[in-house]
Amino acid sequence: MNPRILPYVLILPVTVFLCMFFLYPFVLVAQQAFSTETGFSLDNFREVVDYWRFPISLQNTLLLAAAVVPFQVGLALLMATMVNRMKRGRDMILYIWTIPLGISDLAAGIIWLAIFDQSGFLNSMMNGLGVIDQPVNLLSYQNPGMVFLAIALAEIWRATAIMLVILVAGIGLIPKEYYEAAEVFGASPWKRFSRITLPLLRPSLQTALVLRVILAFEIFAVVAALGGTLFPVLMGETYAYQFDLRNGGAAAAMALIILAISIGFTLIILRALRVPKGASI
Amino acid sequence: MAEIQIKNVAKSFGAYQALNDINLTIADQEFMVLLGASGCGKSTLLRIIAGLETATSGEVWIGGRRIDHLSPKDRGIAMVFQNYAVFPHLTVFENIGFGLRMQKLPNDEVTRRVERVAGLMHIEMLLKRYSGELSGGQRQRVAVARALAMEPDVILMDEPLSNLDALLRMEMRAELKGVLAESKTTAIYVTHDQVEAMSMADRISVMHEGNIVQAASPIEVYRNPAAEFVASFIGNPPMNFLPANPQGGGKWSVAGQTWDGPATEKPLLQFAIRPEDMMQTEEGLTAIAKVVEPLGAHILVTCDVAGSQFRVILDSEMSVRPGQKLTLSPQPGRARWFDPETTLAVA
Ligand SMILES: Nc1ncnc2c1ncn2[C@@H]1O[C@H](COP(=O)(O)OP(=O)(O)OP(=O)(O)O)[C@@H](O)[C@H]1O
Ligand SMILES: [Mg+2]
Repeated sequence: MNPRILPYVLILPVTVFLCMFFLYPFVLVAQQAFSTETGFSLDNFREVVDYWRFPISLQNTLLLAAAVVPFQVGLALLMATMVNRMKRGRDMILYIWTIPLGISDLAAGIIWLAIFDQSGFLNSMMNGLGVIDQPVNLLSYQNPGMVFLAIALAEIWRATAIMLVILVAGIGLIPKEYYEAAEVFGASPWKRFSRITLPLLRPSLQTALVLRVILAFEIFAVVAALGGTLFPVLMGETYAYQFDLRNGGAAAAMALIILAISIGFTLIILRALRVPKGASI
Repeated sequence: MAEIQIKNVAKSFGAYQALNDINLTIADQEFMVLLGASGCGKSTLLRIIAGLETATSGEVWIGGRRIDHLSPKDRGIAMVFQNYAVFPHLTVFENIGFGLRMQKLPNDEVTRRVERVAGLMHIEMLLKRYSGELSGGQRQRVAVARALAMEPDVILMDEPLSNLDALLRMEMRAELKGVLAESKTTAIYVTHDQVEAMSMADRISVMHEGNIVQAASPIEVYRNPAAEFVASFIGNPPMNFLPANPQGGGKWSVAGQTWDGPATEKPLLQFAIRPEDMMQTEEGLTAIAKVVEPLGAHILVTCDVAGSQFRVILDSEMSVRPGQKLTLSPQPGRARWFDPETTLAVA
């Protein structure tokens, strides 16, 4: 076969698959979002954006991402560096740290609910220590900070490992001679990290951040389990439009808004962490 | 003052003994070349001096100070790595200036030094590039420039010119030697190219299987190899060997000829001679020419002497044909003798 055509033939099946199960539904959603009974219109967008819960859910989603993601980056970097320094037991630790990856987000939310619940672990502990006289409802509308904290903790616990795995692989790709050269030329351990590891880790950081940020804008189940309706987020609103209010057009518009935000952040991350031509390992 | 003393240094990787009891003193401002075959432990010794590898036992002193417990940056050294280790994410300029930045030198000083060493290594036009945009030889010169820019007391170079073409390498050798002499730097230079070793070294340390077999001036190493290994390693082609049997009174019989040799009681010696130290005589060894290779001014003749291979270099004026019979004798004072038991030279 003509070698110039061959690559296209080889990717044909997956292209067809993606068109059928991704592109086509996507077009349908877009169509739904941009139309009402009268034809093309932006009414659906206007409706969801003007709803009083929209600004608060947008703000909550962004706040949560802003609080959780940078912390996760730092934590994942720290953990990845530690794992890479280990000689023995490295794989063991890595497996243990990545266990949360195997747990669904709803299950993770429920686990943390069991901790923060009125009859939960935290309450019994504080009660046992005599900090409180009787169990209190930590996750109530009187404690918005506590709700936020619980959700953030659950997210950090659940989704740091995905970054960790990517960063561990990335650090493993950096040849150790660069560290030796840096050491000989006077770089302290901190300088070796900031001047060698971080810049050479840019491609992995890019991947990890893009993945993580997209997931952060899609947060839903953990919030549903821990905050219920106390803490509205974009994805929760989308769900509500679709299944509680039976308003498919509005749900589709919400979905597109989330997609736009995700694409926007992805572009920013790709741009901020790009590697100049000729400067990769 | 940066005299380097290596005292009883040994290194093993698990069960494998990479270095056995190395003792070596390198004088202040000396240019010492470590010469040896691949895998003999040259890089390992250099890395121990640099502090990138910990010796299993022994001590390293620089300038009268014991330094083997210090971290690399506190040893007053700079190093050129065998695989360059030019940082891919920094431009050539920032690579060369890396050590200076770590010392927090002011910007104009960094620029001044970087531009000076870049000029020396002929890479001033590459300063803005990344290492991915350089050839192997260019990268290697960046690595050398980075070490020179530090203006260190001691510079350790692991095959720093191995990737340059012959012409550029010759030029760089002279340049590097000049720069280091001028800056009064003590240098340890690893190579497995003996021409490079001969032309650059104040002294050569010949390494073999984790030992330093001989450390002496290039001419001494060439003329008076301390051991059979050195004799068979140095020189292109290296020395010829023939077994010698004692005839009593310092006379030795070599392939049917009786020559004066050392007055020892050994039952057997190895006679050794450089190919260019044989001359055609009326009487002498009978050699049958096998292959004749013209070298320009000389011809290299590979012969058969009493069943073993024997190479001689003769003037190209002489016409020698394969199959021809030659009679050869050593030039006076050029024969060397080795004890096959210890492999060491016998005087
Ligand atoms: N980290 C290591 N672990 C195990 N063995 C090693 C290690 N480093 C070096 N060796 C062994 O020690 C010996 C000496 O290695 P070294 O790198 O010093 O050789 P070299 O003389 O520099 O060779 P070349 O000219 O090929 O660079 C080799 O046999 C090598 O296999
Ligand atoms: Mg080496």
